[in-house]
Amino acid sequence: MKLYCLSGHPTLPCNVLKFKSTTIMLDCGLDMTSTLNFLPLPLVQSPRLSNLPGWSLKDGNAFLDKTELIDLSTVDVILISNYHCMMALPYITEHTGFTGTVYATEPTVQIGRLLMEELVNFIERVPKAQSASLWKNKDIQRLLPSPLKDAVEVSTWRRCYTMQEVNSALSKIQLVGYSQKIELFGAVQVTPLSSGYALGSSNWIIQSHYEKVSYVSGSSLLTTHPQPMDQASLKNSDVLVLTGLTQIPTANPDGMVGEFCSNLALTVRNGGNVLVPCYPSGVIYDLLECLYQYIDSAGLSNIPFYFISPVANSSLEFSQIFAEWLCHNKQTKVYLPEPPFPHAELIQTNKLKHYPSLHGDFSSDFRQPCVVFTGHPSLRFGDVVHFMELWGKSSLNTVIFTEPDFSYLEALAPYQPLAMKCIYCPIDTRLNFIQVSKLLKEVQPLHVVCPEQYTQPPPAQSHRMDLMIDCQPPAMSYRRAEVLALPFKRRYEKIEIMPELADSLVPMEIKPGISLATVSAVLHTKDNKHVLQPPPRPTQPTGGKKRKRASDDIPDCKVLKPLLSGSIPVEQFVQALEKHGFSDVKVEDTAKGHIVLLQEAETLIQIEEDSTHIICDNDEMLRVRLRDLVLKFLQKF
Amino acid sequence: MGRGVTGLAPACLRASQLELFSPGAPGWPFGDFHALPGRRLCGRPLQIRQVARPGAGPEAAEGRGAGLSSLIMDPECSQLLPALCSVLADPRQPVTDDTCLEKLLDWFKTITEAGSSLLLLQENPCLLGLLCHVLKPQDLSPRVLAFSLRLAGMLAAQEDCFQYLQQGELLPRLFGEAGPLGGAAWTAPSVRSGWIQGLRSLAHHPSALCFLADCGAVDTIFSLQGDSSLFVASAAGQLLVHVLGLSLQGPAEGHPGLQTGDWPVCAQKIVSHIEESLRSAATPQITQALNVLTTTFGHCHNPWTQVLWVRLSPLVARLLEKDPVPAAHSLVDLLLSVARSPVLSSSSCGLWETLAQTLSHLSPTQAGPLALGILKLQECPQALRAQAFAVLLQPLTCVLEATAQAPGLLDSWDGTGGASVTVDTLLASKAACVGLLCRTLAHLELLQPLPQRPSPWPQAPLLGATVTILRLCSGSATPTSDAGGHLCAFLVGCVRVQRAALDFLGTLSRGTGPRELVTQVFAVLLEYLTSPDSSPTVLKKAFQATFRWLQSSPETPGCSDLDPHAQLFLRELLPVLPKRLCSPCWEVRDSGLEFLTQMIGRWGGQAGFRRALLASEVPELTEQLLRDPESYVRASAVAAMGQLSSQGLRVTPASPEHPGGQQKSLLAELLHILSTDSEGFPRRAVMHVFTQWLRDGHADVAADTERFVARVLQVASQDLDWEVRAQGLELALVFLEQTLGRPSSHCPYAVTPPVAAPPGPLAQALRPLCRVQLFEFAFRALFDCDRPVAQKSCDLLLFLRAQTASYSGPQGSGSVPEVASVEAALQRWQAGDQGQPLGYLEPEVVVAVLRSMDLEGLRGALAESSDRVEKSPQSLLQDMLATVGALGEDEADCY
Repeated sequence: MKLYCLSGHPTLPCNVLKFKSTTIMLDCGLDMTSTLNFLPLPLVQSPRLSNLPGWSLKDGNAFLDKTELIDLSTVDVILISNYHCMMALPYITEHTGFTGTVYATEPTVQIGRLLMEELVNFIERVPKAQSASLWKNKDIQRLLPSPLKDAVEVSTWRRCYTMQEVNSALSKIQLVGYSQKIELFGAVQVTPLSSGYALGSSNWIIQSHYEKVSYVSGSSLLTTHPQPMDQASLKNSDVLVLTGLTQIPTANPDGMVGEFCSNLALTVRNGGNVLVPCYPSGVIYDLLECLYQYIDSAGLSNIPFYFISPVANSSLEFSQIFAEWLCHNKQTKVYLPEPPFPHAELIQTNKLKHYPSLHGDFSSDFRQPCVVFTGHPSLRFGDVVHFMELWGKSSLNTVIFTEPDFSYLEALAPYQPLAMKCIYCPIDTRLNFIQVSKLLKEVQPLHVVCPEQYTQPPPAQSHRMDLMIDCQPPAMSYRRAEVLALPFKRRYEKIEIMPELADSLVPMEIKPGISLATVSAVLHTKDNKHVLQPPPRPTQPTGGKKRKRASDDIPDCKVLKPLLSGSIPVEQFVQALEKHGFSDVKVEDTAKGHIVLLQEAETLIQIEEDSTHIICDNDEMLRVRLRDLVLKFLQKF
Repeated sequence: MGRGVTGLAPACLRASQLELFSPGAPGWPFGDFHALPGRRLCGRPLQIRQVARPGAGPEAAEGRGAGLSSLIMDPECSQLLPALCSVLADPRQPVTDDTCLEKLLDWFKTITEAGSSLLLLQENPCLLGLLCHVLKPQDLSPRVLAFSLRLAGMLAAQEDCFQYLQQGELLPRLFGEAGPLGGAAWTAPSVRSGWIQGLRSLAHHPSALCFLADCGAVDTIFSLQGDSSLFVASAAGQLLVHVLGLSLQGPAEGHPGLQTGDWPVCAQKIVSHIEESLRSAATPQITQALNVLTTTFGHCHNPWTQVLWVRLSPLVARLLEKDPVPAAHSLVDLLLSVARSPVLSSSSCGLWETLAQTLSHLSPTQAGPLALGILKLQECPQALRAQAFAVLLQPLTCVLEATAQAPGLLDSWDGTGGASVTVDTLLASKAACVGLLCRTLAHLELLQPLPQRPSPWPQAPLLGATVTILRLCSGSATPTSDAGGHLCAFLVGCVRVQRAALDFLGTLSRGTGPRELVTQVFAVLLEYLTSPDSSPTVLKKAFQATFRWLQSSPETPGCSDLDPHAQLFLRELLPVLPKRLCSPCWEVRDSGLEFLTQMIGRWGGQAGFRRALLASEVPELTEQLLRDPESYVRASAVAAMGQLSSQGLRVTPASPEHPGGQQKSLLAELLHILSTDSEGFPRRAVMHVFTQWLRDGHADVAADTERFVARVLQVASQDLDWEVRAQGLELALVFLEQTLGRPSSHCPYAVTPPVAAPPGPLAQALRPLCRVQLFEFAFRALFDCDRPVAQKSCDLLLFLRAQTASYSGPQGSGSVPEVASVEAALQRWQAGDQGQPLGYLEPEVVVAVLRSMDLEGLRGALAESSDRVEKSPQSLLQDMLATVGALGEDEADCY
């Protein structure tokens, strides 16, 4: 059993597990941090941005090509754990010869589609007059200004995919529900479990009859909108692959939400605007819910909230229809019937308005001071770029970063000098290290496998011993482009016995409660299932050719000697010998058993725990007599 | 109608009215004013008839009528008692309510303590009947059995009654082997407890000791020490202590021979049992013995205790040889109890050596309480104190060392070499580490203000250690060693340690520290106040500690402004405060406002502070919080706004054009809150602010004080919250003082001797009070259904009457009809009909009405507890009989 680790980003994992002749890809996250090396894509040509010293306008998004380590066309299935971890799917399904199936839950697919759609829309709506790729040549790259010249493997960076590729990729997905058991070629069974992080987010169990691997990726134990995490089903795992922990272990989400609200209120009270760069789904639902409770108490009822995204409408509406994937509280609301999320009421009362883009209705409705939620959190593309340009000059305004995926300082770099206030309130509800240690105590896997980043404190806080996984035995760590042999061997395989064969068995009880029977059968193996069938009846020898062919297929069935069991009581054996006329019998004790010496016949009988030897000098008759005597004390079956 | 506090029976009300207002009486019925509507006063209080009792001690007769030396129950109760006894004795009528039996016992206790038990028994033979009856084999409830045992013990506490009961062999049958002791009822813990408590009451005279010895009770008590019920076990231990004390009271007193061999048999038996227990290998037995000794030495300081300690201390010392030390907590309690005993601590019986030895043997967690106890002792050898202090400081020394800081003075206290054990404890587990640190900090916090605290007090290292702990908790400390790393991992985000450390840090503000350490203190406080991860409780503690440190920072010479460093800190703090005031968590907003109020109260007048505050958004935000959805926050905002406004710190954008225009609106806003807020807290806060404003002569109030007072009193009188009405009286008193002049006494309610005030000016002075309708408010409050309001009003009117005592104005001249009509209106008010207002009253009328009222009588009546009728024994007996349906009238119903 091997694990191929294709991603170096612990929260955007991509691993391939080879287990019992199946090749399973676990997630395919898209690491977009390299976009931070590029200039923002403004909706309107910005002379300021295009003339920034030290920055060069280059194309595209980044994607780490993973084909060097493993041939991706051999991947049988891809298991997706949440919508953030499927953003690279089109690159794999469309360009690698992949012919397998992708498994994901319905909300994951739908919201994943929204995220991809938004990404494609953001990129495609600002087509560039020219694009360059020659700079990726290593000789040219090293002449480029930092940080581009230091970027590794730029040759693997790719252009953003198209909507067509997205649709094609998504068509390969098969929808699954929590706890649904999916057979893969009869060899293994995979099951998604609720992970509590996002709508439809899952952990996966990959198990055969005797082995169980759990894949935990992006899980949360906090009470937010999704269904709570299913921990119980992770018990008794041989290996637990642990990825997608919180990216900001030092920030407590509750404290950050408080910080978010108070900074928002302070800015708006002073007549400033608040910009929240965010993804169109996920934490934004929780933020809107917090604000729903908070705005009245903070006297902000008259402040408009704008949500601008090509998929804003779909995102807000989708969230309300996935009732079965929500936490219990929200599920019960559906039966009242009420919308599970309170943002419906915000929309109804016109406090929250959503627009596909800056153009159109928004420009006529827009009034300040206001709060704008829009993408993309990297500040490199999307409507956020426009708002940064618009509001950046005034110190009354505030940009509040809530998504933890990008370094806010790097994101802000091309906008400097910036007068607007910047607040960093990363809200990451995924497991922190304290929760992990509780989870591991509860679930008790035999082995834990995790990215190497989790096995040591973060470099910036090397003294924080609490910010690492602490378990026994110590977790096995992996890094990008590493192949890990998972630390357990398969020992057993399940084999079925056909009923008629089972009927013919005659078990013998050799110990109380333990019966044995010998089986002579033919082992049939098909689709990773093994079946014992009755042996064919010995055919009458007919023509020489035919017989030969039959013997090719069917193994010879010789008459088997019976198996023996039991032990020989030495004293009784000696008595039996004497009874049968052997005199002068001597017994010697040895380390392993006894030696019975028949001095007259010059014969030795070595009796040990698992063998008995009769050593006599070419007297076959005597040997057979003695053998029969020995056999009298043993059971045969 | 606001009668929430006490119930009111209409029949009772009518009775009291008749009694109070006899028709045609020329004035108030002096001396009879002891009932009010809203309070049930018509029931008969406990009547105690005093009769002569032969042989009663002088203390019984003290304060009573001559010749009447004892008290027995009144006839009504005597009549009810037989029925009750037969109910109790009847297993078919189970008593379901334990509390009734407890109250009954309380009542018997008062009777037996005040008079002769023998007489009680003789006059009420039913009691004896009950005691005899419970001995019969029957299915009696354990409650009644336990009750009877306790009653018997109570009665037998007097020796004559004991002898009387002994004549009938009743006591051995109750408490001996033949009694419940051997029966099935013994399985009930209540019976075992009743048996112990009975004996505890009984054991008060030498005859009782003989009785205990004869019936073998002491052995039973020994076994009950290990009872499965904790209550029984604890009571058994205490009984043992009591018996030991009783047995040694007579002979051993005054002759504390070193040999316990001279002691009475009973005492010897108990001591042997304790010795045996101390030698035992079983911890529970050792604990029992130690607990008995702790109680003994804690309560009894007779010379014999010294003999006992000399005999037992070697055994106690031997416990220290075991590893781990068994029953360490009890051992600590015992040693401290011995050390506190004046008899024992002064003697040279190796106590200090034992204490020193114990300190070094116990684990750091167990040694902490002992060390604190030692340091609290008034008299104690210096070396031991040093050792104890070192034990207490060890965990903090470890913290400093783990973060590569010089432990400073802490190190010099550490002479025991137990640091490695402490380190082991700290690093053993998170729970152990957190527990030890919290306890250490709490102990040091208790020690800090004591006069006998160790000297020199290591203020600087303690400050350093506390700051380090807080940094470890927030993750900002950088430990250099492995131990430090582990500590950091344990402590990061630990709210318990954060709270304890902030509390201690606040306490440390009483001392000074080197400048750089104080800077560190402010830095760490600022870190906590800024951090979004600080939990609301931690934040509150951080605010409290900050205020204390600011308070203790030295003032700039010449003016009482904050010192420059504190001002610098304040400049950093004030931007944090608005964020806290906007927090979605109401506790945070609330503690932010409380802190602000404290700050303004302390430095509101100082220029530096005022500048910083006015430059921030704080005043504006505070005003917005007057409309907060959470009532506690609104209340705190009201208090803060009151302070801001008093200090002239309220931000008024339009103030240059309309000076005071906005200020007026705050008064209006607070009045609005007072009259409309649905919760009591903000309204109470408004009343406090208004009272303070009136007292301080706030500009808005001073502009038209009478109108202000009139409006506030009018709104307050209609408030449903009694605290608001009571605060209204406080405001009225302030106004009254300002109008009539301060009373000479310090206590505003004390009746002052008549002030020689000329009649004319007094009437003049009373007129403003009349105009603001203060009297209407006060009279209404006098008949308030909530007692504290009525009491306060009564005091206020008494004060007023004293002020007007010398007033000899036109009394009775032409104003009688008006007085009568006021009296009639007050009668109606008293009857609950408070609809009709009194209207404007002339000062003369007020004075006349005040003089005719029996305010002293009213005050006496109000001082009595409102449920005293329900508490009467007669009511208790009736209730008990009623619950089992054995009252006479019910029997009549059967026909």
